[in-house]
Amino acid sequence: MRNIVSIAKRELGGYFSTPVAYVFLIVYLLLANGLTLFITRFYEREQADLLAFFTWHPWVYLFLVPAVTMRLWAEERRQGTIELLFTLPITLAESVVGKFLAAWAFTGIALLLTIPIWITVNVLGKPDNGVILSSYVGSFLMAGAYLAIGSVVSSSTKNQVIAFVVSAVLCLVFVLAGLPGVMDVLDWMPNVVLETLRSFSFLAHFESIQTGVIDLRDITFFLSLIATCLVVNAIVLDMKKAS
Amino acid sequence: MMLQIQNLTKDFGSLRAVDGVSFSVDKGEVLGFLGPNGAGKSTTMKMATGFLSPTSGTASICGHDILNAPLAAKRCIGYLPEGAPAYPDMTPESFLHFIADIRGIARGDRDALIAEVVRKVHIEHVMHQRIETLSKGYKRRVGLAQAILHDPQVLVMDEPTDGLDPNQKHEVRKLIRSMAKEKAIVLSTHILEEVEAVCTRAIIIARGRVLFDGTPEQLTSQGPIDEVFRRITTGDRTAA
Repeated sequence: MRNIVSIAKRELGGYFSTPVAYVFLIVYLLLANGLTLFITRFYEREQADLLAFFTWHPWVYLFLVPAVTMRLWAEERRQGTIELLFTLPITLAESVVGKFLAAWAFTGIALLLTIPIWITVNVLGKPDNGVILSSYVGSFLMAGAYLAIGSVVSSSTKNQVIAFVVSAVLCLVFVLAGLPGVMDVLDWMPNVVLETLRSFSFLAHFESIQTGVIDLRDITFFLSLIATCLVVNAIVLDMKKAS
Repeated sequence: MMLQIQNLTKDFGSLRAVDGVSFSVDKGEVLGFLGPNGAGKSTTMKMATGFLSPTSGTASICGHDILNAPLAAKRCIGYLPEGAPAYPDMTPESFLHFIADIRGIARGDRDALIAEVVRKVHIEHVMHQRIETLSKGYKRRVGLAQAILHDPQVLVMDEPTDGLDPNQKHEVRKLIRSMAKEKAIVLSTHILEEVEAVCTRAIIIARGRVLFDGTPEQLTSQGPIDEVFRRITTGDRTAA
């Protein structure tokens, strides 16, 4: 546990010692708030909720989260620090979890910085803050799932561009899995396959949490996806440490 | 024995990079690991320090098997990997604190210990500069500081003087000699003079096999050291 904290602290410190973190946070806030205000017309809707804001999260994460994870392991490989890390007295699991938690905490910080829009909606009307809170929880869990996928991809390459593109495409698959339009095209497939696909949909699980009901199934979905990805992450690292 | 390498073998696909390498190093010894590029020096060190898992064979460090008790074994080793990798966006100050943290050095002892190591490798002036801005020599010394921070009983260094200027080489060798008494040290090099300068023992490997194991004097007694080296590594195995 102590080692996980040490790894996570170093990783998170690394984000903020370069412009990467600040560029990410600024772009994230501009996008999340800009899309909410100008595309989903937050003010014109005259609804005291943050639906117009959270709707965008799966799409904003789609290319911002891979930008966070692309360097996670690829950079360790490229710099050769992976050799240093794995000859220190820590376990593989500790470094995988530590680095993941740092990235997750970072997206958590980004999410916290959107609090002004929550204040705004509370000043203008009387929103259901329970719904908003559960949406924030859902968004954070979904970000974790994106991150875990990106982490696996990053561990399999030393090229950050490849890591970025492949993670974004994989995450897109999870987002598209539940979209009605996509499901219509796949209509010819057996029902079992369609239901399985739908059950893997980030959108469906996120929308379900957004209704304000934190269903154990949705939480389990995101957490078990994260856990599975981290196990795969460790296996990939163990198998191809040298290359 | 502080470091014992038993029959280490590593295959990369169909290529046998290390082929049944065995040797042991005791306290007070400085073992020079010699060989042409691609001989298997780095691969052997990567297995001995627990980075790569061997195809067969094992290594034990201070009695801890690197495969069965990797954490205990890794606690006893200081390792300077090839090229002295370090996190480029950290400063030596934060980097060494991170290492101290991971190495479990008590919070109260950290500053004193880091200050001592920093003095030993002479990096006082660059402590607050980002590592990516440091020269090769300084970067190497930061790597050395990281390796000796916890005062390990076994010190493994992959080409510790590679890319250093003559003065820096001299400094690093002086540092190695000063630590030699209390530690078991293994260093790889392809600079032959280095073996004579710091090592008490030399091992020559080529194509993954140990071809010579003896003192530097035994090596030089057979003629000029580079000629002996060439004779041993280019296939005439009886020369050893």
